[in-house]
Amino acid sequence: MSDEPKKTAKSGGTAGKTGRPAGKTAAKSPAKSPAKSPAKGRTSVRTPARRIDVLKTYKLFVGGKFPRSESGRVYEVTDSEGNWLANAPQASRKDARDAVTAARKAFGGWSGATAYNRGQILYRVAEMLEGRREQFAAEVAAAEGLPGPAATAQVDAAIDRWVWYAGWSDKIVQVAGGANPVAGPFFNLSTPEPTGVVAVLAPQESSFLGLASVLAPVIVTGNTAVVVPSEKAPLPALSLAEVLATSDVPGGVVNLLSGRTREVAATLAAHQDVNALDLAGAGADGELAKELETAAAENLKRVLRPDEGAAEGVDWSADPGTSRLLAFLETKTVWHPIGV
Amino acid sequence: MPDQIFEYAPAPESRAIVDIAPSYGLFIDGEFREAAGGKVFKTVSPATEEVLSEVAQADGEDVEAAVRAARAAFPGWSGLPGTERAKYIFRIARILQERARELAVLETLDNGKPIRETRDADLPLVAAHFFYYAGWADKLEHAGLGPDPRPLGVAGQVIPWNFPLLMLAWKIAPALATGNTVVLKPAETTPLSALFFADVCRQAGLPRGVVNIITGDGATGAALVAHPDIDKVAFTGSTAVGKAIARTVAGTRKKLTLELGGKGANIVFDDAPVDQAVEGIVNGIYFNQGQVCCAGSRLLVQESVQDELLDALKRRLRTLRVGDPMDKNTDVGAINSAEQLARIEELADSGEAEGAERWSAPCELPGNGYWFAPTLFTGVSQAHRIAREEIFGPVLSVLTFRTPDEAVAKANNTPYGLSAGIWTEKGSRILSMANKLRAGVVWANTFNKFDPTSPFGGYKESGFGREGGRHGLEAYLDVR
Repeated sequence: MSDEPKKTAKSGGTAGKTGRPAGKTAAKSPAKSPAKSPAKGRTSVRTPARRIDVLKTYKLFVGGKFPRSESGRVYEVTDSEGNWLANAPQASRKDARDAVTAARKAFGGWSGATAYNRGQILYRVAEMLEGRREQFAAEVAAAEGLPGPAATAQVDAAIDRWVWYAGWSDKIVQVAGGANPVAGPFFNLSTPEPTGVVAVLAPQESSFLGLASVLAPVIVTGNTAVVVPSEKAPLPALSLAEVLATSDVPGGVVNLLSGRTREVAATLAAHQDVNALDLAGAGADGELAKELETAAAENLKRVLRPDEGAAEGVDWSADPGTSRLLAFLETKTVWHPIGV
Repeated sequence: MPDQIFEYAPAPESRAIVDIAPSYGLFIDGEFREAAGGKVFKTVSPATEEVLSEVAQADGEDVEAAVRAARAAFPGWSGLPGTERAKYIFRIARILQERARELAVLETLDNGKPIRETRDADLPLVAAHFFYYAGWADKLEHAGLGPDPRPLGVAGQVIPWNFPLLMLAWKIAPALATGNTVVLKPAETTPLSALFFADVCRQAGLPRGVVNIITGDGATGAALVAHPDIDKVAFTGSTAVGKAIARTVAGTRKKLTLELGGKGANIVFDDAPVDQAVEGIVNGIYFNQGQVCCAGSRLLVQESVQDELLDALKRRLRTLRVGDPMDKNTDVGAINSAEQLARIEELADSGEAEGAERWSAPCELPGNGYWFAPTLFTGVSQAHRIAREEIFGPVLSVLTFRTPDEAVAKANNTPYGLSAGIWTEKGSRILSMANKLRAGVVWANTFNKFDPTSPFGGYKESGFGREGGRHGLEAYLDVR
């Protein structure tokens, strides 16, 4: 089943190998300004009448559905050379609140699912991505201005990261929990549990690998997420929503809100039904990170600060370790007397 | 029927074992010194209002000196081989055991809690906590926190008055084991045991500056957590102050752990053994006069057994002995301060005003000091303040439920998430409830049990981070 889209995507990838950095695959998108279109069309003419590409309307992803922003706003997304790629929805405060509601609603079911089940679903995400590698490589190339092979490497690493975290679902509990040898006749067990709804500011510079690196560890343990993707490069994330929607990830487990990071993040950081906040995407803006952490104190959100030196850029290809998993887990300790 | 209780002859513990000086300075860089501003404040015994001693009021200059001393001590302390650091901490544990009775009496005098509790709960747990973390000092690379866990640096620690020495142990033991140095501020109303602990450090030969104790009020604590040269903030206390601290450290690299308030639900099902449940309820809310962050302050009782359980509970409460904390037969001692007593009274009055029915154990309260009779409210709704706000006193709010789902919903209907209790004979129900309760500690068929090996800490607005066990190390290590 996954062969077919792969073939399509491959042909797109081949077409994109003309050395052009931006995501101009045959499979989708003119990815260039309308003014430039005709010229390009003439040089690569294959059919008598030039086929007009079908453009995608990018939408938010909330509660398993693909709504436009309730505000009706969009903003222009361009490639690294300033060429128009698409209009992305510009999420509003209301969209953020709706996304939190959806994430909260999904939390009971997702956190109550078995670890095996969650692991398989994350693995399924990787499977779906594998079939659309070329599409995502093209989108990442366009979004980040990377040459084709570098973009492909980012996508491959992202897919591998989903696989890596998928495997953690039924292992982290044993690594992070365990029996406590208390000095008395008690059974005493500590178990990690998901903290709840996590607002994730995805990295600004790494639109896809960075996104996978912050999103997968949040949801694999049973949290639900409201994600603000890279502000200037949101398209790979919005396309990821299509993958999530077809990977058995229950609606509401992941919600994606493209828009102005500062605007959406302010609402999420101050939202009283959000349990935690990942500030990865505020890494280059110390003032913003501080503002958001201050707002998050109002209901004592767990805050994962940007890495030290994040302003200079984070190497998302490095071994992630378990810290992003543990940052959004609570430890619950249960006691029971031992007796006959 | 108080007249049916056996008369007990007074059995006071002797206070001769403890020698309280008329005044104490700040313990900075291994020496006691007066506060830079020369200010002092009095600490009183809440059971008698007797002034026990005068202690120094640290200001910003003193905070500066203490942090500087801790910073200077850090390279040496963190550079010690773990095995050597461990030996210092083992020494502390042993000396605490040797001086346990003295410290128990001191704690009871300064805090107002019964000697039975300081002697049988606080002090044994204090020594055990140091003994436990001492053993970690040379095993950190095997703790599953990365191959090379590093200490953070200087830890600024602020602790409450309800378990003064135990909270000190929870803070200092893991900090020292992981190679950090410490500036600790005890609560304003209970500074003495921390100052005696300074003497324990002296006896243990702890290098100067590794542990610094500064006494003072909220302003002293605020200055400490805001100091730019500390790397770690650990706070136990109220949620309001916890939030203020979280705002203070926002945007810094200071690592923060908070252990804050609670409104624990103690859930009793119809199949629970009534007498055991009653003991658990009493332990849950009247232990330490209810001044426990993880207290079972909301009793959720299954509707069908409400009358039977409340009858048994009231019968039991009539036998609680309230009074002189130094008496070895006392169950319930004094409220820690006039301020806290006023808070309890205000909230209890609100319970009546909002329509709940108040019942207090008939008991004679001493004329001096700060006292509040063990009290329970029935007919409490979830909207009542006494069901929502932490009272931090011997006041139980009784609510009912019909189904396990309703019990879970009511138990979780709070911004807090520190503790919960479950009373039922059905094992599968315990495990199901334990899974669904959003609380850091769940006691099933028991309550208010603590152990150094057992991680403790809250969900939601009860704070974050864990104290105790392997998990407690993480709060003091750079694990990236």
